[in-house]
Amino acid sequence: MIQTTELVATGITKAFPGVRALDAVDVSFKAGEVTALMGENGAGKSTLLKILNGDYIADAGTITLGGRRAAFSSPSDARRAGLRVIAQEPEVAPYVTVAENMYLGRYPSHLGFVSQKEMKRDAAKDLERLGFAELLDPAAIGVTLSPAQRQLLEIVRALIDDPQVICFDEPTSSLSDHEIDVLFGCIGRLRDQGRAIAYVSHRLREVFQIADSVTVLRDGKLVGNRRVEGLSEEDIIQMMVGRDLSNMHQRTPHEPGPVRLRLINVTTDDVRDISLEVRAREIVALAGLVGAGRTELALAIAGDRPIRSGTLEVDGQVLKSKTPEQAIERGVGLAPEERKAMALVMIRTVKDNIVLAMLKRISRLGFVSDAKEKVLAAEQIERLNIRTPTMRQRVENLSGGNQQKVVLGRWLASNSRVLVLDEPTRGVDVGAKAEIYRIIDQLAASGVAVLVISSELPEVLGLADRIVVMENGRTTGELSRAEATEEKVLALAMAGQLQTTARRSRETR
Amino acid sequence: MPNPVHAPTPTAATPTAGKGGQFMTVVRRLGLENISLVLAITVLALLIGSQNSAFFRSSNIAAIGNYVVIMGLLAVVETVVVIMGGIDISVGSVAGLASVLAGMVYAASWGNWWLSMLIPLAAGLLCGLFNGVVVVFGRITPLIATLATLSGFKGLAQLVSNGRAQGYTGADAVYTFIARGKVLFIPTLVWVLIIVAALIHVLLRYTRVGRDIYAVGGNDTAARLSGVNINRRILFVFVLAGGVAAIAGILITARTGSGQPVSGSQGMEMLAVTGAALGGAALRGGKGSVVSTIFAVILLGVLLNGMTLLGINPFWQNVAQGALLIAAVVIQQLSSGERRVGLPK
Repeated sequence: MIQTTELVATGITKAFPGVRALDAVDVSFKAGEVTALMGENGAGKSTLLKILNGDYIADAGTITLGGRRAAFSSPSDARRAGLRVIAQEPEVAPYVTVAENMYLGRYPSHLGFVSQKEMKRDAAKDLERLGFAELLDPAAIGVTLSPAQRQLLEIVRALIDDPQVICFDEPTSSLSDHEIDVLFGCIGRLRDQGRAIAYVSHRLREVFQIADSVTVLRDGKLVGNRRVEGLSEEDIIQMMVGRDLSNMHQRTPHEPGPVRLRLINVTTDDVRDISLEVRAREIVALAGLVGAGRTELALAIAGDRPIRSGTLEVDGQVLKSKTPEQAIERGVGLAPEERKAMALVMIRTVKDNIVLAMLKRISRLGFVSDAKEKVLAAEQIERLNIRTPTMRQRVENLSGGNQQKVVLGRWLASNSRVLVLDEPTRGVDVGAKAEIYRIIDQLAASGVAVLVISSELPEVLGLADRIVVMENGRTTGELSRAEATEEKVLALAMAGQLQTTARRSRETR
Repeated sequence: MPNPVHAPTPTAATPTAGKGGQFMTVVRRLGLENISLVLAITVLALLIGSQNSAFFRSSNIAAIGNYVVIMGLLAVVETVVVIMGGIDISVGSVAGLASVLAGMVYAASWGNWWLSMLIPLAAGLLCGLFNGVVVVFGRITPLIATLATLSGFKGLAQLVSNGRAQGYTGADAVYTFIARGKVLFIPTLVWVLIIVAALIHVLLRYTRVGRDIYAVGGNDTAARLSGVNINRRILFVFVLAGGVAAIAGILITARTGSGQPVSGSQGMEMLAVTGAALGGAALRGGKGSVVSTIFAVILLGVLLNGMTLLGINPFWQNVAQGALLIAAVVIQQLSSGERRVGLPK
């Protein structure tokens, strides 16, 4: 018999320090339907899934599952109630079989002894039932699986105990067309069996292919829920971006100077054929969706990832750096995306962190000049208005915005001529954001070439003189400040998907 | 409204003026670790002295001093390795290899004292280089790499000596000066520790290499992206550890009058790590100081000497060392506020 369990969430609100991630959001996932959940990076999709899953507790709002009140305090609670959220990043135990991975934590056992034979048999049966038998071998070892197979394994694992509500979070990012077809076949069957399915994806064509309705979030608020019939791609993009631009970005226009940073057909392990240039006194934004290869490109410019082909020029001279040390000597600085993990020595002082990249220049015969480092640190604390009681305060005791200023101070102190800023305002409150925008603007004015990576469209539009858009490891276009709109940037960021829409749309429906 | 502090974590002692401010400033200058260690040494010394007045005799104080030297050298250099986020448990074996080589070279070169020190020193540096290469290029964690060489270097020392003491340096003027001489009322052995510790203190505090070592231990990715050549620093630190361990080995030869493959050095890695941890060097890296380690080593020396003086079964010494190491690290880890789930990183 067909069970009908739908999930209804009403008034879901969740705030993090400085950010309202979700604001009274109502969503429902109906039984026997696929609901696409869409929105830009940071719109609140992941937060919503985490609340449904019991990873986060909502500040307000109610969730009902099949008419009954549901408030899960952990993912295992949610699983027991019949709801599964399938993670974007597969967790596969590396040195055991696919079968063991499938039943991880619930091996079939008798008196504590696990029966390998029984497990393999069950695994084969379950794979057959779900339609993945030809793609996954129950005896294969975790490490030998391709990224696509790992993703499918994660999906299979979630589907084994027949959840009533299933949320897929960008399941196709590592899958090829054939595997996507198999997955969609499986999703179609689940829908026909009356399961309620939520499907998060940035790929518009998939939405038209698989979804019955589309729910769009923007800045933590629900924009709307519409049936897919009669909708166009432009309608969805419009729903995703149509927001008023608050005016916190002040840009003083500067006459761009000579080219400081030039990339010619740069190819690394992660990006292909990137060509772009940034002039002195210019801010160029690198826009795109998460995973487009922007961070990897930034690391390559900073000398931390090898450049396989193409050339990188700084101030007109080819830079062939094998280590960040060499790039820094030529005046290239990188403020990486993960501030705490990659940029700051949290248990050291503000002063030590500011001077870290230029110890060589303030040392004589290997001895660090105490006077020089104090002057340098004091200069940056003053100039960037870093709020710290003393320069001997440990960086871990500062707020996110002030920590980011310490990172910027490090590169200002070293007189970097090319600065790559990866998500410079992530985890920073609104007030500090405006301050950081002002600092970036001043940096450009002083003659630095700035390349900003940002996933926030208002930030990209407000800050940049030019915008280069990346998608899937390649550049898909460039827009001037005058011609750029959120719609245009987003269309380029999803360009690969749009081009193939016509050919593939609805062919499986 | 001058510079408000944003979100200080509750564990952090943010400097505040006013009541108790001056006292706190003094505490911070001297370091909480140093103050507690000195207090512990004082209490322990009074306790032992009240039971056995021989404790305070100058001959006993000198004995403690001499006892502390070998372990102090190893603990000081272990502190550097630990600050960098690594560990080197092969230092005892390197000391043994250096000791036996010193005895053998002395005998083979008809009493050439400087050659008998130079060759073990070079061997120690090579051992350290080997550790560093295995760690950096073999991608083996320091604990496992030096566990392997702990065994390997000890085996080498036993192989070249056939497991027996080698050479006789007890009649050599230089070796006896090192073992029993005094300069300005202080034993030469203690001077060696003072000089090595002072040099390493200067290295850590005032040089670029020292700053880099703290940065690598605190966050190696941040250090790398800030232009620190972290491989070179790691190699340097292991080579330094090998070199200082070799000096400790030469002192063992001087004290016993012959090269010792294992006696006097075996198990020293344990005291070295305990000394560093007790001195507050964070086993996860980025924090530690030579001065605190020296205090910790004195505490260890007083404790072990006291146990002997009070006639406690010497096997208890091993138990006491183990208990101290666990206590020191538990205190460190609990105060770091880490969640108590799964295997600690």
